[in-house]
Amino acid sequence: MPERELKKKQTTKERTDEVVEEAPATTERGDKLKAEIDDLLDEIDEVLEVNSEDFVRSYVQKGGE
Amino acid sequence: MAVPKVVGIETEYGIALRGGDPNPIAASSILINAYVNHLQRKVGWDFEDESPGRDARGFARDGSSPPEVETHLVNAVLTNGARYYVDHAHPEYSSPECRDALSIVKWDRAGERILQKSMELAESILPGDQHIAIYKNNSDGKGNSYGCHENYLMDRAVPFATIVNRVMPFFVTRQIFTGSGKVGSEVPGVDGIPFQITQRADFFEEEVGLETTLKRPIVNTRDEPHADTQLYRRLHVICGDANMAEVATFLKVGATAFVLAMIEDDVWGDRDLSLATPVPAMRQVSNDLTLKRPLELETGATMTALAIQWEYLGLARKWAEEHGCEAVGGDEVGQLVLDRWEQVLAGLETDPMTLNKQLDWVAKYQLIDAYRERNGMDWSNARLRAMDLHYHDLRPAKSLFARMSMEKLVAAEDVEEAVTEPPRDTRAYFRGRCLQRWGSSIAAANWDSIVFDLGTDPLRRIGMMEPLKGTAAIVDRLLESCATPAELLERLGS
Repeated sequence: MPERELKKKQTTKERTDEVVEEAPATTERGDKLKAEIDDLLDEIDEVLEVNSEDFVRSYVQKGGE
Repeated sequence: MAVPKVVGIETEYGIALRGGDPNPIAASSILINAYVNHLQRKVGWDFEDESPGRDARGFARDGSSPPEVETHLVNAVLTNGARYYVDHAHPEYSSPECRDALSIVKWDRAGERILQKSMELAESILPGDQHIAIYKNNSDGKGNSYGCHENYLMDRAVPFATIVNRVMPFFVTRQIFTGSGKVGSEVPGVDGIPFQITQRADFFEEEVGLETTLKRPIVNTRDEPHADTQLYRRLHVICGDANMAEVATFLKVGATAFVLAMIEDDVWGDRDLSLATPVPAMRQVSNDLTLKRPLELETGATMTALAIQWEYLGLARKWAEEHGCEAVGGDEVGQLVLDRWEQVLAGLETDPMTLNKQLDWVAKYQLIDAYRERNGMDWSNARLRAMDLHYHDLRPAKSLFARMSMEKLVAAEDVEEAVTEPPRDTRAYFRGRCLQRWGSSIAAANWDSIVFDLGTDPLRRIGMMEPLKGTAAIVDRLLESCATPAELLERLGS
């Protein structure tokens, strides 16, 4: 799992950076977020129905309230 | 003077029954019946005091019976003080009355758990090829919307026109943190909106009015306090989104409670934030992901939604210093709201994407946009709309929100407890405790009364017109000293 290793490394680095100065931490945090999102994106296709077109079209609600 | 902001939140959930009769009323009934039938004893709703046709501007819609009274449909009161029922074609959970924004988060989340348990129970009843899916969102992406309404106790003495004038710019601009995000636009004829901040902005056509299902107004005038009508009104707020993110729910209700208390205590001075055209401004704010487009004020000046929110926050701090935070639930929770409000506005100002663990629209946008980029998709791709739906999906295996490790404000075990336990600091406590102890002797209940059936005629009604009575502090000793409901009724002289 290279992505996870990458994430772990960044977390450690972020902590040291935050003590020294704040600006690089923001970039590091951004990278960490990106790694997190990448992990999540890998799962999306398992969640989505095979035919998204159908799934979206068949979701019809009556107005409420 | 600011009265304690007793708050409730009502959520109409989206529902889909796959593999069976797609009638949403039938599906909602199956769902809710599955839940209430597994409870030991179900208690129905009492419609005696309902009057949703009353208008805060002083008139009543005549002739028609209240639109939401459909007595043949399942309609239950739960031991946590909530109402759980079929409203039109949706399952609706109305939280018990809460005293502050943190409690609202807890009992709103409890509502999601109740819907999830209902899905599991329905699954065991339905034929194997039929499945119910529930979505906590506000639109089907095809122009049909259903609501998430907030309710706030207010001082009847404040003229309604004053409330409208001062709350309108707040409602339009709070969208920048209350939005749950949406792919596309549902305004007929409008194209080229890839993603917008709120689910609901597309559906508002009036500034002020009584309607909730068509020609929706930004400020709703339903005047049905469910409390002493001489003392109170209940502001029925229909312009918000249903939120998945706890921080969004917390800030939506917390900041609104502050603003309403500020209106009651009149800290405005000569400040005038009135928008020139609130209805188009709703959509403008929702469509502007940069948060930089200025809004035109009635004075001719212009301000961004963010700048207007900073003004409200400044007033809120001033109000808190002068009056304390008792009206919004006490100093501790009041301070949490103010700090969170500031943190969120500051984050939106520097880079909205830094709030991806706090705000729904940011989290959803970031995820969908990343998926879109990775796969080289156009914003009109159906997979992106499917992701939008799954963000709100309450089925654990299908929920995108559940995978995003958003910031939590309430512990999971506290939410679980709130599924059956009422808040201790409003009349919901008395309702919930009575249902827990004497459910089999209660014929019906509603927000402001409980009707007991002791087997001897006539039925006996206990009124609860004061939302701040019936708290644990007031009634615990009484309830403990009564062994039977008959004793309770005798002691209360009902």
